[in-house]
Amino acid sequence: MSRARADEEEYWHSSKFRAFTFDDEDDELSQLKETKRAVNSLRDIVDDDDDDLEKVSWSGEPVGSISWSIRETASSSTTSLESRDSSLPKGSSSYTALPKQASSYSLSNLFKGRNKLPSFQSLSDALSDTGVKNYAPELRRPKAEYKDYSSDWSPKDTVRRMQRGKVCSLERFRSLQDKLVLLDEAVAGNDGNVITAVLIFLKRTLRKEFLFRELVVRQVALCHLIHFLKETGEQKFLLDLLRFLDRTEEFALSQYREHLSIQDVEKRREFLKGCIGLPFSAEDTAHVQDHYTLLERQIIIESSDRRLEKEGGSEIFRKYPRKASILNMPLVTTLYYSCFYHYTEAEGTYSSPTNLKKTFKIPDKQYVLTALAARAKLRAWNDVDALFTTKNWLGYTKKKAPIGFHRVVEILQRNNAPVQVLQEYVRLVEDVETRLNLATKYKCHDVVIDTYRDLKDRIQLTAYRCKVERGSAEEEKIDSILNN
Amino acid sequence: EHEVEKMFTLKPGRLPQADVKNIIFFVRPKLELMDIITDNVLREDRGRAPQRDFHILFVPRRSLLCEQWLKEQGVLGSFIHREQYSLDLIPFDGDLLSMEAESAFKECYLESDQTSLYHAAKGLMTLQALYGTIPQIFGKGECARHVANMMIRMKREFPGSQNSVFPVFDTLLLLDRNVDLLTPLATQLTYEGLIDEIYGIQNTYVKLPPEKFAPKKQGEGGKDLPTEPKKLQLNSAEELYAEIRDKNFNAVGSVLSKKAKIISAAFEERHHAKTVGEIKQFVSQLPHMQAARSSLANHTSIAELIKDITTSEDFFDNLTVEQEFMSGIDTDKVNNYIEDCIAQKHPLIKILRLVCLQSVCNSGLKQKVLDHYKKEILQTYGYEHILTLNNLEKAGLLKSQTSGRNNYPTIRKTLRLWMDDVNEQNPNDISYVYSGYAPLSVRLAQLLARPGWRSIEEVLKMLPGPHFEERQQLPTGLQKKRQHGENRVTLVFFLGGVTYAEIAALRFLSQMEDGGTEYVIATTKLINGTSWIKSLMEKLEPAPF
Repeated sequence: MSRARADEEEYWHSSKFRAFTFDDEDDELSQLKETKRAVNSLRDIVDDDDDDLEKVSWSGEPVGSISWSIRETASSSTTSLESRDSSLPKGSSSYTALPKQASSYSLSNLFKGRNKLPSFQSLSDALSDTGVKNYAPELRRPKAEYKDYSSDWSPKDTVRRMQRGKVCSLERFRSLQDKLVLLDEAVAGNDGNVITAVLIFLKRTLRKEFLFRELVVRQVALCHLIHFLKETGEQKFLLDLLRFLDRTEEFALSQYREHLSIQDVEKRREFLKGCIGLPFSAEDTAHVQDHYTLLERQIIIESSDRRLEKEGGSEIFRKYPRKASILNMPLVTTLYYSCFYHYTEAEGTYSSPTNLKKTFKIPDKQYVLTALAARAKLRAWNDVDALFTTKNWLGYTKKKAPIGFHRVVEILQRNNAPVQVLQEYVRLVEDVETRLNLATKYKCHDVVIDTYRDLKDRIQLTAYRCKVERGSAEEEKIDSILNN
Repeated sequence: EHEVEKMFTLKPGRLPQADVKNIIFFVRPKLELMDIITDNVLREDRGRAPQRDFHILFVPRRSLLCEQWLKEQGVLGSFIHREQYSLDLIPFDGDLLSMEAESAFKECYLESDQTSLYHAAKGLMTLQALYGTIPQIFGKGECARHVANMMIRMKREFPGSQNSVFPVFDTLLLLDRNVDLLTPLATQLTYEGLIDEIYGIQNTYVKLPPEKFAPKKQGEGGKDLPTEPKKLQLNSAEELYAEIRDKNFNAVGSVLSKKAKIISAAFEERHHAKTVGEIKQFVSQLPHMQAARSSLANHTSIAELIKDITTSEDFFDNLTVEQEFMSGIDTDKVNNYIEDCIAQKHPLIKILRLVCLQSVCNSGLKQKVLDHYKKEILQTYGYEHILTLNNLEKAGLLKSQTSGRNNYPTIRKTLRLWMDDVNEQNPNDISYVYSGYAPLSVRLAQLLARPGWRSIEEVLKMLPGPHFEERQQLPTGLQKKRQHGENRVTLVFFLGGVTYAEIAALRFLSQMEDGGTEYVIATTKLINGTSWIKSLMEKLEPAPF
């Protein structure tokens, strides 16, 4: 087989398909060549991709244009690096904003802005001057290296070859000792790709317990294995490993992550239930518990609401058909939903807003905001009113908003509340300036007028008179105040 | 040149028809991509003649993990050649290189997988082969230390790589992103930074809403329908962009209007052209003038788009909170604006950016504050975000203040991270890029150049990871004899990503009259707060609607 492989290599080397010879030179020279090639070919990519961008590409300017001549004069005064550059047909302007012509080593001479010719040519030019090119091209690998692919490479050589992207058979590392030396070499080489490759091999050929035990003292390799398991989604193996390492919180989170891939809600709920006992941090435990409770709730609400909607007996569902199911929605969205469809329900039912508020300890502020948005959407202004009305023990009512009335006004306005409703709340804004601003903005004339009256500001009031409609009730009101 | 018939972007399904013998997949070693390729290969029509051959090229390294994956899918055998294409650092601009490894930060700090650092070291070796051995290496952070170690080792293992190139760089500065977690979280306020924040620059291209780019009268734009996003390339090859990209956005308007005057004056010239020679000269300048005009039109439109956003109330409020945090105001209690944003269900990433910013500016949040935020986030955006919050904690972006000591004020004062008198129009300090906040990472680079890190030992100790200095011997004859007044060149390598605002700040330092140092920037990936946080978020199933 090795023979065939060598033949094949021979074929490629001797054939005209030069583009595929990169695997020949083992050292960095090949990389230089590749970089150079990359850079040269990038130009094609850039050109190919977006012809609609031609408009802003300035390099197409003809010789003799203003910028060209400017550069021409500028570059002739600087050092060799630059003059080499100016011998190119045209230079795409580099840093006009950061001129610094005095400096000789500005990299912009070596690789300029990308579009079009000069940029990349200059990099390759720089290359050709370094002397690298002289011995970089068709350097053949010594014949010896073709010899035998399965010969006895030391772990070190094996790792080196793999670093260069060669295929190496790892099967000959049979003993545990050999395998570990190989792993250590890979780690020492720092190339994650090789480390992972060796780990794949070890994972396949070693018993879990052995592998885990050895990895405990090889942290770098361990991290790579965990990353690899996450990437490939080998959940079970990962969990075993984390459990072995006693990394309990990570184990719990990793397990919890799994729920995302479960589509069926019933199964997801069951799965989350199983997560509750996992060793999360104290706060996360509470969150996961809530997550489970919420989904459980949503399943109940969803099934009953879907039925209600189908039967068509409920007015609210007929009037406002549901846009999406409530399953897997965040808590606040669920609360909004429940304020929208189930506002009046008694606290005992699962779908009532007050029940949700209690179960999940939703803060007052959050609750009021959500309920307000939902009720305003339905234009249920009485409910809105009730939200902010508190009775004291004497039976007097008082308006109070935990979120500040300016926020209430904003939300109502966003839901197109009529001026009569709006101005009632604008009036309640405590800060005079904010109140005046909001009132003016939303044309709550009464509030503006009353505020100016209270401030005894005749000048502003007179000025405001021009803003209200001629002959309207507002104008009359202003006149009567001014006359008093 | 190589007789490449056609290039396609990778997507699942059947491969497009093309009458070719060889098909080469040119890919990053990512498992998702392997699945797409598998799909491509499996759907290939076996019966067709001639049969097409498949090859696969991994960039920058061949991945045995991916090959294993292909093997498990049963398609590995379909590939005649499996090779690698060692493209580590990709030039993005005259002074900017990126590896475009978007998951580098996540891999280094969450998974402890340092493969991207290995590639960074490889890339640096290649760079040294091209531009000479860099005599001095400075670094700060665990990853920086690791990369420097690998470089030294690689050099030892390839003694033949000693090259005779005259060194371009005097100094290499390796910086871990986790030394400065703060900077990417703040909203960038340079022109380019804002374009990136708002529209996201992908590989120097940006897609913009088309409304402001109405087709030109001359009929040139007739074919693009205004419904498609407008795609523009942004780099310093465009004269105007080079001039404004790194300016504070508030200074861009005046430049644009000045340019507009110059261009219209230039077009007016035609009335003065009398002789044939003068007319000829005018005509020869026309293409350049027209290009300048269309460039100006584009940037005026972009600036308008950005202005709409920067003048919005929410942008202002958000910025105010960021700046309060960065200047050390009220970082230890629950912030009202953040609470409001959660209540209004603003995008989760925005919330996370702010909360993380607060946490970083307070060396961790009080447990009570942290728990409050977490609870609000989980209740509003869904419990499954426990996973994302855990990732952020692991990366150090979000934490509870355990030591009970807040180091940030000391760091801020010593490094002068907050400047009250910032000049946005004619800046005299790097803090202009964030209108007051001077990016910590760039401050470290600046202080390294002058007066040296010895002056800030105390602060360096407060920042995570070791700081170090290494020297690489140069053969005699290659040692630089510095001319008087000649600038030193420093390559700053950001391990884990860099923002456009940081790049702007370094370019500003390069330009300073008495700076004495020029900077070239390399990074694993160009990032902004949003793309960065996104890379740390747990991938969740798409919402059902």
